[in-house]
Amino acid sequence: MKQFANLYTQLDQTTRTNTKVNVLARYFSQAGEEDRLWTVAILSHRRPKRTVNSTLLRTWAAEMAGIPLWLFEESYHVVGDLSEAIALTLPGRQSENEFSLTYWIEYIKSLEKLEEEEKKERITAAWESMNYTERLVFNKLIMGGFRIGVSQKLMVRALSQYTGIDENTLAHRIMGNWDPAETTFEKLILTKDPLEDISKPYPFYLAYALDEEPEELGAPAEWIAERKWDGIRGQLIVRKDELFVWSRGEELVTDKFPEYHPLAELLPNGTVIDGEILPFKEGRPLTFNDLQTRIGRKNLTKSILKKAPVVMMAYDLLEWRGEDIRHYPLHKRRQLLEEMMETQKEQEVLLLSETLSFDNWESLARERKNSREHHSEGLMLKHRDSQYKAGRKKGDWWKWKVDPLAIDAVMIYAQRGHGRRANLFTDFTFAVWDGNTLVPFAKAYSGLTDKEFREITAWVRRNTKERFGPVHSVEPAHVFEIAFEGIRASNRHKSGVALRFPRISRWRKDKPIREANTLEELKGMLRVYEGKV
Amino acid sequence: MALLEFTDKGIYCPPANVYIDPWRPVERALITHGHADHSRWGHKYYLCTESAKPVIRYRLGDVQIQTVRFGEELSHNGVRFSFHPAGHILGSAQIRVEHEGEIWAVSGDYKLENDGLSEPFEPVRCHTFITESTFGLPVYRWQEQREVFEEINSWWRRNKAERKVSLITAYALGKAQRLMRGLDESIGPIFTHGAIENTNQVMRRQGVKLPKAKKVSAKFKKEDYIGGMVIAPPSALNAPWLRKFKPLSIGIASGWMALRGARRRRAADRGFVLSDHADWKGLNEAITATGAERVIVTHGYTNIFTRWLREERGLEAYEAQTEFEGELSEINETEAEGEDS
Repeated sequence: MKQFANLYTQLDQTTRTNTKVNVLARYFSQAGEEDRLWTVAILSHRRPKRTVNSTLLRTWAAEMAGIPLWLFEESYHVVGDLSEAIALTLPGRQSENEFSLTYWIEYIKSLEKLEEEEKKERITAAWESMNYTERLVFNKLIMGGFRIGVSQKLMVRALSQYTGIDENTLAHRIMGNWDPAETTFEKLILTKDPLEDISKPYPFYLAYALDEEPEELGAPAEWIAERKWDGIRGQLIVRKDELFVWSRGEELVTDKFPEYHPLAELLPNGTVIDGEILPFKEGRPLTFNDLQTRIGRKNLTKSILKKAPVVMMAYDLLEWRGEDIRHYPLHKRRQLLEEMMETQKEQEVLLLSETLSFDNWESLARERKNSREHHSEGLMLKHRDSQYKAGRKKGDWWKWKVDPLAIDAVMIYAQRGHGRRANLFTDFTFAVWDGNTLVPFAKAYSGLTDKEFREITAWVRRNTKERFGPVHSVEPAHVFEIAFEGIRASNRHKSGVALRFPRISRWRKDKPIREANTLEELKGMLRVYEGKV
Repeated sequence: MALLEFTDKGIYCPPANVYIDPWRPVERALITHGHADHSRWGHKYYLCTESAKPVIRYRLGDVQIQTVRFGEELSHNGVRFSFHPAGHILGSAQIRVEHEGEIWAVSGDYKLENDGLSEPFEPVRCHTFITESTFGLPVYRWQEQREVFEEINSWWRRNKAERKVSLITAYALGKAQRLMRGLDESIGPIFTHGAIENTNQVMRRQGVKLPKAKKVSAKFKKEDYIGGMVIAPPSALNAPWLRKFKPLSIGIASGWMALRGARRRRAADRGFVLSDHADWKGLNEAITATGAERVIVTHGYTNIFTRWLREERGLEAYEAQTEFEGELSEINETEAEGEDS
């Protein structure tokens, strides 16, 4: 554990990616084989099953520190991280231990069937033998959420540096369901999987937001426009009669979308399609929210599949008849894609994302304004001669999103943030007027600069009316413009509406609170938004 | 009538008609120490300890300052005042106020650990103790400063080996000098930001021994800083001034660095937990040592610390609103940015 705790400290002390990769690669070369595998597991978000709940941990930590539980809870709210709060609060250690990371993970797993009293004994005994960092890491192993600024990608880079195996191959090998207890580093990481070559996706080509007038792009005839669908970007691969679906996060999601499975037989081998995984029913897209609810589920029941079925909205063709055609100009790839789609009329899960014809930028701008009616986020502009590049590149592809909806609201509650924003007030609840009362309708926690967060934090400290645990109610005094992407009716919220992606777009220091918007106006937006759909 | 009252101008003593650390202009101000949130502009007469005076004079210019020795007793309208070491920075005092057998103590800011620079903290027996609570949560627990300085020096050594400039931010008054005295001068040269150099000069004239340091200036080339240690006030972090130092590793020395979130929020490479305020244990020990039955909690985690004193320690405790800032400006978390001396 000392080695792993030391790794944690070193990773935490740097913000530089290269340093992190080196530190991690060095750790891989020094750690025992079992610890090495567990480290891969933890940094790819696999953790041992939770055997102790956090309420018990809090109670025992407070008891061991000799402080009342409420004081521990208050401290936790300030720290913003339970593992850290416990490690900071516990009294000094009684002894030392030389056990490995794997030992402690097995120790945690062995608690599962024990009675509460026994669990307590074992956990407190473990704490007594650890220093601050070991405790922090141990707590995180129990509770999960190992966020130490190491993405899976970065971990794969380090693993590649250590093993000499190419990154994409490693990314594939650590995918899917595996349990460190049932495999070995040798088997999982160092052994070739026969499927890995045929499932390999291409890196996604990502667009930047258009930051100038479209007229600056030149002649409309040079450009192809299509809708920007509001789902999850995905890549659909058929090779050797097998189907693979990857999401943009380079995650293999084939199992999550059984709708696509028949395509393994319908599409020719050596086909790779770039498209949007889109919830779609009765000839029209559903909202992103519908897709999100579905993704969150562990089991895909019939009723979920019926409620939010998906289609693949095809944008582009990257591989055709086994040939990588990403260097073809876009219009040629589109042509091949459209020809292929002609042969796919019998099925309903693979659809073509239609291009929009336009003669001038004004008519396209009008089309963009209609985006919400189509449940789309705006438009995509792609140069007709563009190759399919890797990663986010400027120049050939642009996203031209619709302007967000916006409303002016009054801040009424503030709460401290977590993680790097712990101790700053960053989470706010906003309200609109209903007669003379302020009705809360949205929470938002991004959009201000660090300087503004400090300013509002200082203000909240001085203007708190009441506290409910971590939440401070404040004097209504500040108006903020809240931007959001969508609005729907909700009976879970007092205001009767729920917003999508609400965030602070600016601090309206110029506006007195009486001039904030009203609930009636918010509901008006709901009617407009839903009425058109 | 209470011996001391919290008014919108500051902590007021009605029978003596004087204020302690007032935040609005008054006639007579008793000052615990020279930090900007305790010794402000605009009062007619200032009273502070002898060793606090030079810095206050430097900061506030030509104002009327009277001094008092630690432990010396002054009488004003039948109220007896004396100043006792608070251990916060050089010259920092707790002010003892006695009237008709009742004793109050205003601690200002304080810490219990002897930093070798400030006059070490001495508990003052009193009936009512006015305490800060900047770090009044059990998660704040300081290491000994010796260990912190070992960390800082080994970080400096590593940076030097990697041919980097090291830079630490700290309050120009107090923390910066404490830090300098903890540095291992054999590692490399020490450089100071102008604001810190000015305070250093004031202290050197007072007889405080500080390691040799060069003021950052145009006469040095970029290479001159490599392997060196630069001490700068927190406000320098956002300034173009920083571009002189390349490649650079930045550290912040503050009690707030105990929390990972606070550390990560700033674009610093390292956070060193070094504070001139008492930690949780220190606050509790100090309160016990006063023997006070009533405790008034000013700046910091006031509501939590007050509840703790009341419910768990059985003291009569309540919060008071002040405009003191504790250590907040050290990490640029107040509106008053750059107010760091």
